[in-house]
Amino acid sequence: MIEWLENLGAKGLSILKEIGRAGVFLFWSVVGIFRPPFKIMPIIKQIHVIGATSFTVIFFTGAFVGMVLGLQGHYTLRMFGAEGALGSAVALSLVRELGPVLTGLMVTGRVGSSICAEVGIMRISEQIDALECMAIDPYRYLISPKVVASILSLPLLTAIFNIVGLMGGFLVGVRLLGGSEGAYLSTMKSSVMAADIRMCFIKSICFAILIVWICADRGYWVHKSRNGFGAEGVSRATTHAVVISSVAILVADYVITSLLL
Amino acid sequence: MTCENCCIELIGIEKSFGDQKVLRGVNLPIRRGFTTVIVGESGQGKSVLLKHILGLIAPDAGQVIVEGQDVTRLRGPELKKLRTRFGVLFQGAALFDSLTVFDNIALPLRERTRMPAAEVREKVRATLELLDLSGSEDKYPAQLSGGMKKRVGLARALQLNPEILLFDEPTTGLDPVRSHEVYQMFHETQQKLGYTSIIVSHDIPKIFNLADYIALLHEGVIQICATPEELQRCEKPLVRAFVERVMGKMYSSEIEDLELAAGL
Ligand SMILES: Nc1ncnc2c1ncn2[C@@H]1O[C@H](COP(=O)(O)OP(=O)(O)OP(=O)(O)O)[C@@H](O)[C@H]1O
Ligand SMILES: [Mg+2]
Repeated sequence: MIEWLENLGAKGLSILKEIGRAGVFLFWSVVGIFRPPFKIMPIIKQIHVIGATSFTVIFFTGAFVGMVLGLQGHYTLRMFGAEGALGSAVALSLVRELGPVLTGLMVTGRVGSSICAEVGIMRISEQIDALECMAIDPYRYLISPKVVASILSLPLLTAIFNIVGLMGGFLVGVRLLGGSEGAYLSTMKSSVMAADIRMCFIKSICFAILIVWICADRGYWVHKSRNGFGAEGVSRATTHAVVISSVAILVADYVITSLLL
Repeated sequence: MTCENCCIELIGIEKSFGDQKVLRGVNLPIRRGFTTVIVGESGQGKSVLLKHILGLIAPDAGQVIVEGQDVTRLRGPELKKLRTRFGVLFQGAALFDSLTVFDNIALPLRERTRMPAAEVREKVRATLELLDLSGSEDKYPAQLSGGMKKRVGLARALQLNPEILLFDEPTTGLDPVRSHEVYQMFHETQQKLGYTSIIVSHDIPKIFNLADYIALLHEGVIQICATPEELQRCEKPLVRAFVERVMGKMYSSEIEDLELAAGL
């Protein structure tokens, strides 16, 4: 019994320690953004990696999510005789929830894992030690450009997701199932408020920070985790990183929604 | 400080990894402007010792004094400032594997100085030439041979004209001619720039020509730190045994002959 309690306590302490370390990690990564020398090229490169290469996957997820919303919405709303409200239903669910959350999840899967693996491999092959020995701040050099690129990319990707989704909903709900075009467009326009757009924007920025923070942190400290050596250690860290940041996105989504609604 | 013309001094360093005690009270003065070579069998903790000097590993006990400052107590910016004096070659070279050879060598210049791009190119070209690497500047580390990686690591470490060089096995993996050239280069640049260097090497007795002091690490302590001549004359059994083992052919050929004769 005592042993069990001890184990529990040790586990709790180690989790607290990890959270504290992650806090420090985020702090230095953000400080690194404002440290000279300022270089634009690494940020552009990271925007390419995080943003540009995610375009296709975001485009297709957005399209199909919008289409399925159009389909489901059409039949559900018809039960209440409210087919006209389809535009409003699709727009609100996309802008408020599905757009930022699904974009965040897709980017985590696509980019979060690669960020974690990249940083983790640099850690276990002593490249981060080498940076430190050259008196180059690894946070500034490695992590900060990713944070900036992610903050710039995610809102744009989310916007693309929303627009493509709305068009998908239009395609299915109006063109395919024969709803009213005018009703779709007018309810869509009238129901989305500035507050909804703001919430969408805030969410996507928070998710952008969460993704890079959690995934890079897992990679950066891979050598501190149990059995955190070699390819296996990195692959385990990568899996963890994706799981944790996906859950974190959903939790953060709930928290932000409850605060802003 | 106990040692006046030392730029680095290790005092009573102890370090364990789990149950394994690697360092058990290492005392080692590194004299300014001289070359100290750390020798010892594989797995005795030479690389771990170097990492203590760099502040990458914190000791369980003891102090690492570099230029009057205790590395183990330094935090962020001060440590960074101290490290600007170091030029480091890791045992595994630790090249940035997603950068080309050229970018690897240029990295310290680009990140730490405001040198214009043309000048960086010029300087890197010159170093590449010096280390016989011209023509590989666009290769990635994974496409290099082991010896080439070592030379790229050396080139990178030398870019910012460091005051203190820490080289972990700089010539392991190089052919005899190349390793001779690398030692020649150390010798010449040291004559010119007067830096302090700490070299971990298995290249005995060749390294004796270059070394001002030799430190033997065995069983977690520095058994002796002396000039090569003193080392060879030392009467301590452990040291004698080491000298005889590594220099067997030169010093104990008679004994070996006798043993052989007895065996026959
Ligand atoms: N991070 C670590 N965790 C656990 N043990 C370690 C770690 N680093 C080194 N060791 C152990 O410390 C001992 C000394 O290692 P070190 O790399 O310093 O040897 P070395 O003297 O440099 O050997 P070589 O000449 O082969 O390079 C080894 O037994 C090694 O297993
Ligand atoms: Mg070693």
